[in-house]
Amino acid sequence: MSALLAVEAVSRRFRGLLAVDAVSFEVAAGEIFAVIGPNGAGKTTLFNLIAGALAPSAGAIRLAGERIDGMRPDAIAARGVGRTFQIVRPFPAMTVRENIMVGSLMRTPTARDARVKAEAVMERMGFAALADRPAGALTLPDRKRLEVARALATEPRLLLLDEVMAGLRPTEVDGMVGVLREINREHGTTIVLIEHVMRAVMALAGRVLVLHHGARIALGTPAEVVAEPEVVRSYLGTGPIH
Amino acid sequence: MRWVALAVLGAGLLAVPAVAGRYELSVLILVFQFVLMGQAWNVMMGYAGQLSLGHALYVGLGAYVPALLWLHLGVSPLIGVFAGMAAAMLAAGVIGWLGLRFGIEGVYFALLTIAFAEIARVAFDHLAITGGAGGLFLPVTPEGRASWWMLDGGPVFFYYLTLGLAAGATGVVAWLARSRFGFLWRAVRDDPVAAEALGVNLFRARMQAILVSAAMASVAGVVVAFYYRNLFPGQVFDMSRSLELILAPIIGGLGTVMGPVVGAALLTPAGEALAALVQELGLDAPGVKAVAYGLLLIAVIWVRPSGIWPWLAKRLGVS
Repeated sequence: MSALLAVEAVSRRFRGLLAVDAVSFEVAAGEIFAVIGPNGAGKTTLFNLIAGALAPSAGAIRLAGERIDGMRPDAIAARGVGRTFQIVRPFPAMTVRENIMVGSLMRTPTARDARVKAEAVMERMGFAALADRPAGALTLPDRKRLEVARALATEPRLLLLDEVMAGLRPTEVDGMVGVLREINREHGTTIVLIEHVMRAVMALAGRVLVLHHGARIALGTPAEVVAEPEVVRSYLGTGPIH
Repeated sequence: MRWVALAVLGAGLLAVPAVAGRYELSVLILVFQFVLMGQAWNVMMGYAGQLSLGHALYVGLGAYVPALLWLHLGVSPLIGVFAGMAAAMLAAGVIGWLGLRFGIEGVYFALLTIAFAEIARVAFDHLAITGGAGGLFLPVTPEGRASWWMLDGGPVFFYYLTLGLAAGATGVVAWLARSRFGFLWRAVRDDPVAAEALGVNLFRARMQAILVSAAMASVAGVVVAFYYRNLFPGQVFDMSRSLELILAPIIGGLGTVMGPVVGAALLTPAGEALAALVQELGLDAPGVKAVAYGLLLIAVIWVRPSGIWPWLAKRLGVS
């Protein structure tokens, strides 16, 4: 398999705490890949390492063969990695359209062209009616969608989605699943998502990585992973899977 | 509608010298200077979110460099302005580099800008070539024989000059705000972490704003030098100058094109009227203007925290 993203024995230590512990995995171009695990398992830290918000304490991260670990976030974004933030970070004083335009400007030199591109992204994400609303005035589900829209506007090869389904109603989850599938199919965009909503994980992901205490405890298809006793014990619990 | 309003305003401003006296013109020249300096500061703070409390440094360099070039080498200030601009941008580049490279942000960055303005004040106080603390004086040509290319002229000349510069600065900011620069600056101001994740180079975006701001401020310096025709480091680089020029954009509305214009148009005439009134009453109250500005600032921040213009624009139904 030709790996778009290769994470090789990556660790990150915060003082005494080993937040990510020698994690390795590869994601193929065009794949939809999920990362699950209990709170504090190191999922968001892993994203921060890939996106360059943090540098690994050990290990290597490659994007299409090129080492990107330790690069600045804007350099990694320019190489085609788009990300969303679990705790949303809109530009509050800017409108929805302007927020998305900032993403478009990465691949577009002029504001005029960025506006045209932003329109297309807004159309896809269903933002047409909210285009001129300040991002600071949006509801949380809308802010989550804005995170995705802004990242999409950078035309990424690899899209890192950090809990974009959290707080959405079931019908909204289905809508988001549909949009992500479309993007993946039409543009071949590789998607890595951190998700607690198992319904979305089961529907979308071809493979799932399970983290616990910073370490990889399972990797496989959703069906394989949920059958692992270790995964059930540490994360899913014994209750019914929804 | 918007263009009609602008055209009427422009025509009115062009006609003012036909009816106004020297005093009214001098107040308006002051207003235009504050529009120019306010726009410069607005780029850096209003759009890019970088707080500077030392803009007197850039205005001062923009004043001293062309003045010295003219005095010693006979260089026209129309050329000297670019040397002043280069000096201001160099100083801003050093300050910006120190701040951005070493992660000195927010209030600490503001302290850095104050420190550099103070260094300039002390240094210019002791330099022989700048006339030191005793001041630098530009000889006055009798009116009538004055030449525009040496920026020598009467109030009407400076009225049109400063009007042109204020309008030009406002036009530049209006263009920047709608361009790539404006979007990236506002993104960096609102959330640097998110901006960086969208591919924005924080150092480059902030540095661009700092350099543009310094360059614009330096142009105001040329007016300071050649209109008043005397320069004292203790005045030019004083912190009160840096603080005075940030009031109009804050009161008018930070990060808006018209904010610094509205702020200066309200603040400067009000301050001058108050000073005249105090003098008329025979009161000895130096600093009354500063107190009034302070109270006005508090009032505006209390009632309209984002400034007068955003509120006014909504009432007028523009933008």
